[in-house]
Amino acid sequence: MAEYLILIYEEEKGYADGTPELFAEVMAAHNRFAEQVVEQGGQIVTGRALQPSATATSIRNDVVTDGPFVETKENFGGYYLIEAKDLDHALALSKLCPARFGGVEVRPIMDMSGG
Amino acid sequence: VIDGDADVRRAVADAHRREWAFVLAATARVAGDLDLAEECVQDAYLAALDAWTRQGVPNNPGAWLTTTARRRALDALRRAGTLRAKLPLLVEPETSSFDGDADEAIPDDRLRLIFTCCHPALALEAQVALTLRLVCGLTTTEIAGAFLVSETTMAARVTRAKKKISAARIAYRVPEPAELPDRLLAVLVVLHLLFTTGHSAPAGDRLVRSDLVARSIGLARMLLTLMPDEREVRGLLALLVLTDARHATRVDDTGRLVLLADQDRSRWNHAAIAEGDRLVRDALRGGRPGRFAVQAAIAALHAQAPSYADTDWHQVLGLYDILATLWSSPVVELNRTVALSMVAGPAVALARVDELAEDPRLAGYRYLPATRADLLRQLGRYNEAVQEYRTALTLAENATERRFLTDRLAELAE
Repeated sequence: MAEYLILIYEEEKGYADGTPELFAEVMAAHNRFAEQVVEQGGQIVTGRALQPSATATSIRNDVVTDGPFVETKENFGGYYLIEAKDLDHALALSKLCPARFGGVEVRPIMDMSGG
Repeated sequence: VIDGDADVRRAVADAHRREWAFVLAATARVAGDLDLAEECVQDAYLAALDAWTRQGVPNNPGAWLTTTARRRALDALRRAGTLRAKLPLLVEPETSSFDGDADEAIPDDRLRLIFTCCHPALALEAQVALTLRLVCGLTTTEIAGAFLVSETTMAARVTRAKKKISAARIAYRVPEPAELPDRLLAVLVVLHLLFTTGHSAPAGDRLVRSDLVARSIGLARMLLTLMPDEREVRGLLALLVLTDARHATRVDDTGRLVLLADQDRSRWNHAAIAEGDRLVRDALRGGRPGRFAVQAAIAALHAQAPSYADTDWHQVLGLYDILATLWSSPVVELNRTVALSMVAGPAVALARVDELAEDPRLAGYRYLPATRADLLRQLGRYNEAVQEYRTALTLAENATERRFLTDRLAELAE
């Protein structure tokens, strides 16, 4: 098994305008995702949602500025660290990850154990 | 002795062309790493020159090369003390250990190699480059030359793709049945792109880069041998063979482009047309056809027609309608307008081309203004046709195509 990070990028507006029903639906979708990962032979190591990008602070050469590091239409809003057999397995699991206002990026974690 | 040397060199070159994919695919399984596998296979071919000169050419050169390359890979892994430790490439480790016995049946891993090179997680241009490098055994210099990019660019492209295969753990395996249709389509798209790059070079002086054409047809033949029940593989091979059958007449003696309507059909390769015809019939049999089988059927109708005017345009148009349901592409729609103009006249076709011109996916596509120009010319709207030929000329980079467009402009000026 190898580790992959699923980075969730979505348009934040979708959630800013969201109703309580929407949030309940999204929560349920994420809970279902967690079950599906295990059903399909994967593992979620950890996963968190972030506060919106308006709360982000960037630092470059010790200069502190308001806002995310890169301005994009779809913002980095949460992640899952998963374990999967190979890239095909990781992609199959990532396709199940909820991201209704955007999409996800899948990145292999660098193996620092040497070899 | 000198003749003997020439024979050996020929045998090695022959084995390079025929066996490279088999040897590399089998070695990659042992090496667990594409770079190491490539090194060992290259060493094995070098060793063959010497060994075959001394001992004679073996009965099965592929098996000799594979055994030699796999032994080298095992030695290298033992020396590094990382036997099977660094195995991101091959996810299901081989259960039976390889003992280097030449008589041991070597598994045919060519499909694993092909599917790994054409993995959709790699950029299309990287898939193409990797296929030529790993499956065909071409050098980076040769691939760079075929795609008219610098050697540095091509080397970086190949290195980056190999790194991703290893770091992201793209598995060295044949896709599961559930994933197979999509993954096979990706492979066929790569082979088709190779062919079209060779057949209608997007830039450069020569219209046909026959090396790429021959390689893509060879790859399609190999894939069909490995997957004889996949109808779309058969369809693709039919399409390539039928299209290539016309290659001798696509330019005249002075290098000028000759349109399908004006080609000397007696000079088409009739043996290839007969083969393509057999292939396409089989590819269409047994249920809903795929997009390559339908494209091949269209090519077959052209290949069999006694002349451009006597082509069965109604059936061609009907096949384009089917194709449009299988493959939603504005390029297909544009090609369909040519058949439409033969069935319903240039005015009807022009109206459809004008609709297509709104599609942003066709922005900058050189055949759109060229098609429009030709229809306008047929309708006697010469001033507008001149404008469109000029636009096409700004987009065409192939010298032969540019000359054709320039000639058309000159005709209209008269």
